[in-house]
Amino acid sequence: MSLQFVVDGLLTGSMIGLGAIGVTLTYSILRFSNFAHGDFMAWGTYATLAVVGAIAAMFGKVAPIAPLSFGWPLIVALVVGAAFTALLALLLDKVLFSRLRKQEQAIIAVMGSFGASMALRSLLEFIFTSRPTYFSRAIQIAMPVGFGIRITPDQIALLILTAALVLGVHVLTTRTQTGRSMQAMSQNPALARIAGIDVASVVRVTWVIGAALACVAGVMIGVLVQIRPLMGFDMLLPMFAAAILGGIGSIPGAVLGGLIIGLAEAGAVQLIGAEWRAAVSFVTLMAVLVVRPIGLFGVRER
Amino acid sequence: MIDLVGYGAFFLTTALIFSLVTLGLNLQWGLTGLFNVGLAGFVAIGAYTSALLTTPDDPARLGGFGLPILIGWLGAMFVGGVAAALTGIATLRLRSDYLAITTFGVAVVVQLVALNAQKLTGGPFGIGFIPRPFGGLAETPLLFNLSNLAIVSAVTLAAYLALEHLTRSPWGRVLKALREDERAAISLGKSARFYRVQAFAVGGAIMALAGALQAHFIGFIAPDNYLSILTFQVWVMLIVGGSGSNAGAIAGSVLVWAIWAGSGALTSVLFAPEQQARAASLQIVAIGVMLCVILLVRPNGIFGERPRRVRFGKRTKATASESGS
Repeated sequence: MSLQFVVDGLLTGSMIGLGAIGVTLTYSILRFSNFAHGDFMAWGTYATLAVVGAIAAMFGKVAPIAPLSFGWPLIVALVVGAAFTALLALLLDKVLFSRLRKQEQAIIAVMGSFGASMALRSLLEFIFTSRPTYFSRAIQIAMPVGFGIRITPDQIALLILTAALVLGVHVLTTRTQTGRSMQAMSQNPALARIAGIDVASVVRVTWVIGAALACVAGVMIGVLVQIRPLMGFDMLLPMFAAAILGGIGSIPGAVLGGLIIGLAEAGAVQLIGAEWRAAVSFVTLMAVLVVRPIGLFGVRER
Repeated sequence: MIDLVGYGAFFLTTALIFSLVTLGLNLQWGLTGLFNVGLAGFVAIGAYTSALLTTPDDPARLGGFGLPILIGWLGAMFVGGVAAALTGIATLRLRSDYLAITTFGVAVVVQLVALNAQKLTGGPFGIGFIPRPFGGLAETPLLFNLSNLAIVSAVTLAAYLALEHLTRSPWGRVLKALREDERAAISLGKSARFYRVQAFAVGGAIMALAGALQAHFIGFIAPDNYLSILTFQVWVMLIVGGSGSNAGAIAGSVLVWAIWAGSGALTSVLFAPEQQARAASLQIVAIGVMLCVILLVRPNGIFGERPRRVRFGKRTKATASESGS
C-alpha cells in the first residue's frame, strides 16, 4: 500500500474538517444540526465561480501565479464568495431558522433545514444545471516528495490555507471576547443572556464563520475535484460524522475528526475500492455513537 | 374515458403506496417524536428484500428464490423492522439530532449498497422481472390497474386500522405520554428507550412493506427510486396532512402526490424537452419552500388540529409566539 493515501486523506480531511467547524458551531450554539450546511458549501463555490467568470470578463485572461493553477482572480473571488455565503446564511436565519428555533421542539429547525437544503440544491441545479464544471482545466504535474508520495502545488497551497484558517478560528474562539461569548452561549444560553451577552451578535458571528469556512471548503473541492450542485450534499454525512467524532462544540475536535475520516476514506479507497468511500463516514459515526457518544473532545450534555 | 379510469387507478395506487410510507413515518414522528430523514433507505430495504425473495433464479446475482409474493412482503417487513430497530438501539439513548443524522447515514449506505453490491442488488441497473400480483391481467391494463389498486387499498386500510388500534391501545398511550412529557412517563415506570425502539421498528417495517408493494406493482426497481427526494416528498406529505393523525397522513399523501404529479404534467406540457430537467428542479424548489412555509405558519400541518398540551412555565413563550403568528 503506497503512502499516497496520506496526502489524499489530509486533503479530503481538510475539506471535511473546514465544513465540520460550521456544523459543530451551529449545533453547539444554535442547538440544531443544520442539514443545509452542505448546500452553503455548494452555493459558496458557485458564487466564487461566478465571480471568477466576472473578473475574467472584465480583465481578460489573467496568468496563474507561477506553480499554481489559479491566479489572483480566484483569491479575490473566494473572499467575495465567502462573504456571499455568509450573507446567504444570515438571510436564511432571518427568514427561517431564527423563527423555527423559537418553536417548542428543536427538531422542527432540523426539519426546516432539510427542506431548505432540498430547495437550495435544486435551485442550483436550475441555475447551473447538474453538469459538473471546473475552475481550471489545466493539468498539474505532481511533484514527488519521497516515500512514494506525490503532491501538486495547489494541494500544498490549500493545506497551508486550511492550517491558517483553523488556527485563526481557534484563536478567535479562545482568545477574543467574541469567542468567549460564543463559548458561554454553547455552555449555558440562559446564563449567557443574564450575563449581558449580545445573543444576536453571537448568532451572527456563528453563521458567518460557519458559512465562510463552508465556502472555502467548497472552493477547495472545486479546485481539486469538480464543482457540482450535489457536491455539498455529498459532504453532509462526513461533516456530521467528523463533528460528532470530534465532540460537538469543539473546533479542534471537528478538524481532527475531519482529518481522521479523510484518512480513513483514502485508506478505504486503496483497500476496498473507491465506490465504498461514503460508507466510511457511516461506520465511523456508528462506532462513535456506540463507544463514546460525546466524541473525542466532547463534554457531557447539559 | 377508460384511459382516464386506468390512469386514475394508477395514480391512486401510487398515492396509496406513499400513504403507507407516510403512515409509518407518522408512527415514528407524529406519535413518538422520532425524526427519520433516511426513510428512503427503509423503503429501499423493503423493495430489495421482497425482490430478492420473489424473483426467479438469476445466475448473475444472489437468489431470486422464487417465493410467493406474500412471503416477500413479510420478509420485507421483517428486514425493514430489524434495520430500524438496530438504528434505534444505537441512537435512541442520545439526543434526537443523532437519530436524524444516523438515519440520514442509513439512507446513504443503503443507496451505496444498492449501487455497488452487484451480486446482491443488481447494481445501477436494478432488479427486473419482479412478479406482479395479477400479472396475468397485464394484457388488459384497466383490469390490472384496478386489481392492483384493490390490493394496495386493502393493505393500506389494514395498516390504517392496525395503527388506529395501536394508537388507542395502552401501547400508543405510552408513546404519546413519552412524547408529551418524558419525565412523567418514565416516573410511571415506562422505559422510554424500549418503547421508542419498538415504535421505530414498527414504522420501519411499514415503510419496508410500502417499498415491497411498490416494487411488485411496477415490477422493476433501481437505486434511483430511493434518493433523498423520496424522503423529502413523504415528509411534506406528513406535514401537510398534519403529523399525529393517521387519516391526515393518508389525505396529505394523496393531496401532495396530486400536486406533484399535476405540476410534473404541467411542466412537461409547458417546457421544451431540453428544459425539462431544469423545470423539474424548480418543482422541487417549490415543494421545499412549501415545507418551510408550513413549518413556519402551521407547524401542526394544514389538517392537523391536535392541540398540543401546554405545560406550565416551560412552553409559555412558544405558545405566545405561536398565537402571534
